Amino acid sequence: MRLRGGFFLSMPGCYRSVTDVAYVSRGMTTLPIDPLATPGAVDAPAPRPRWRTLRGANVGDRLYRGALTALAVVLPLLLLTLLAELVVSAWPAIKQFGLPFVWSSVWDPVAGVFGAAPMIFGTLASSLLALCIAVPLALGVAIYISEFAPKWIRQPIAFLVELLAAIPSVVYGLWGVFVLIPFLRTWVVPPLRATLGWTPLFSGVFYGSSLLAGAIILAIMIVPYIAAVAREVLLAVPASQREAALGMGATRWEAVWTAVVPYGRAGLIGAVILGLGRALGETMAVTMVIGNRHDIGLSVLQPAYTMAAALANEFSEATTDIYLSALFEVGLILFVVTVVVNALARVLIWQVARGTAVGSRAL
Amino acid sequence: MTTRGLRRHLTSGFMTGLVALLSFLAVVSLLLILGDLVAKGASSLDWNFFTQNPVPAGQSGGGVANAIVGTLIIVGLAALIGLPVGIGTGLYLAEYGSGRLGWVVRFVADVMNGTPSIVIGIFAWTWLVRPWHFSALAGAVSLAILMVPMIARTTEEMVRLVPHSLREAALALGYPRWRTSLRIVARTALAGIVTGCLVGVARIAGETAPLLFTALGNLNFSTSILQPMQTLSLQIFTYATGPFDEWHRLAWAAALVLMGLVLLLGVAARWAIRQRDGTAR
Repeated sequence: MRLRGGFFLSMPGCYRSVTDVAYVSRGMTTLPIDPLATPGAVDAPAPRPRWRTLRGANVGDRLYRGALTALAVVLPLLLLTLLAELVVSAWPAIKQFGLPFVWSSVWDPVAGVFGAAPMIFGTLASSLLALCIAVPLALGVAIYISEFAPKWIRQPIAFLVELLAAIPSVVYGLWGVFVLIPFLRTWVVPPLRATLGWTPLFSGVFYGSSLLAGAIILAIMIVPYIAAVAREVLLAVPASQREAALGMGATRWEAVWTAVVPYGRAGLIGAVILGLGRALGETMAVTMVIGNRHDIGLSVLQPAYTMAAALANEFSEATTDIYLSALFEVGLILFVVTVVVNALARVLIWQVARGTAVGSRAL
Repeated sequence: MTTRGLRRHLTSGFMTGLVALLSFLAVVSLLLILGDLVAKGASSLDWNFFTQNPVPAGQSGGGVANAIVGTLIIVGLAALIGLPVGIGTGLYLAEYGSGRLGWVVRFVADVMNGTPSIVIGIFAWTWLVRPWHFSALAGAVSLAILMVPMIARTTEEMVRLVPHSLREAALALGYPRWRTSLRIVARTALAGIVTGCLVGVARIAGETAPLLFTALGNLNFSTSILQPMQTLSLQIFTYATGPFDEWHRLAWAAALVLMGLVLLLGVAARWAIRQRDGTAR
């Protein structure tokens, strides 16, 4: 790099902190007063604090900062517009149906009467059921990789599990329709019905597309997210925790279960909630296998509906204004729920590794 | 060993085996899906598949040339819109992000990262489709919105990894801050930033939900970004939910191609990050 003429700045202690060096730049030599010349410069007639003066000195710096700020502001503005757009478009439905929209289960586009209860129920049921399957699986993966697996196998397993997140949603849907559902029909549902068919959870006819199929697909889809964050959380647990437990005579599993996992509990719960957030908003795969029926049923073998699936199926078919508005309200509910769930997860994860935001890289 | 000690060690061994088994299950599910993709899709990959447009329902043959081209156009356009904003936001967060605005932007990025893609699709619809009509541009915009928060956060993390001494050295030599940021810091973090971008592009390449009512899909070959356009993901959705066996066959093949595209981007990303250890510093 070539030094420019007239340049000087080699005195230590002339800046408050490292980053402040940035304010001192090429333009400096053009300043009328050299603030560092003599000790007396402090009382010299300088109307403004000197660093403020210097900060404004370089046009390039100001432009750069301005440009980056302009780009950074785009995201918050987008979020605000998104929220405003959803609220405004959903307003007619909110006004007409009020709060009962959430627990009414009538969905009649012809009569123009709408209630989103079946979708809200289906969204929650499929996501929670998916969590029941995914959490043991994902925590197992995370614990195995971070605590037990031999060194050479850790990276490959982590990579392969993360690859699950790379599979597009629509491909999961395709696989669900043509592989998973036939498999369930032949191998899983008959024994289930034979043993548990008397409970309301497994009653009714199995057509294929069902809450169960949706939940299983969702579970496979969210495993990589939960596992990745959980792994980072476990890795962030100080080694002293393990050493202390092992030193007191705990077996390896006891060390993990009594010292490591409790230490990272908040982060692990955060990881699970993050997975829940993913599951709530997942659209394509669920739409393809869940059956899309406006009905609240307890049986996991029967078709259900989710908010995201309703949007995917009906949005472009919405013929009347109130129909469209009702769908916007569904979108608004979905959006608010996922925002709340995600914010909660973030707070929990940040608690484990304050400042370093463990887990954000995995997403 | 006492009975109690034995039981504890047995439990430990059993649980170790259990978590290993669970990991094995997760990996197996991946291999099953990939295996099915190859088994059911590979046989349909021929010259026609890549060069022909879809034929009317019921006829056999035809390909997905329009969807492949459409995917490349829409994803490319989305990258063109999303990458500068994402990288700029990331640089802002790393360089000036310690204040209140930085906190807000970071939080918003994390929140939007978790926003369902279909909601983003609706948003793009209100902006570009409602006042106008379905277009590839609207689809690209929705994908770009999905991409920005992801890329912003990875760029930030990568830039933060650059050692402070490099920055100090440049500043001490008299580089202004903007040149230090661009020519020293961003350049050192380049491999990481490229990786983040590739991962971001890979993730949006397979998105379907936001395209359903923006790009809409198109049976014909179209390169106009102001008209509806077909993508591989939309094609898979249409074919998989349709009634014809021929469609199902094409859906598997298209899924294999899409998966290949995503994996290719992923491999490129891994390769890019490996370059960092070799060249930089």
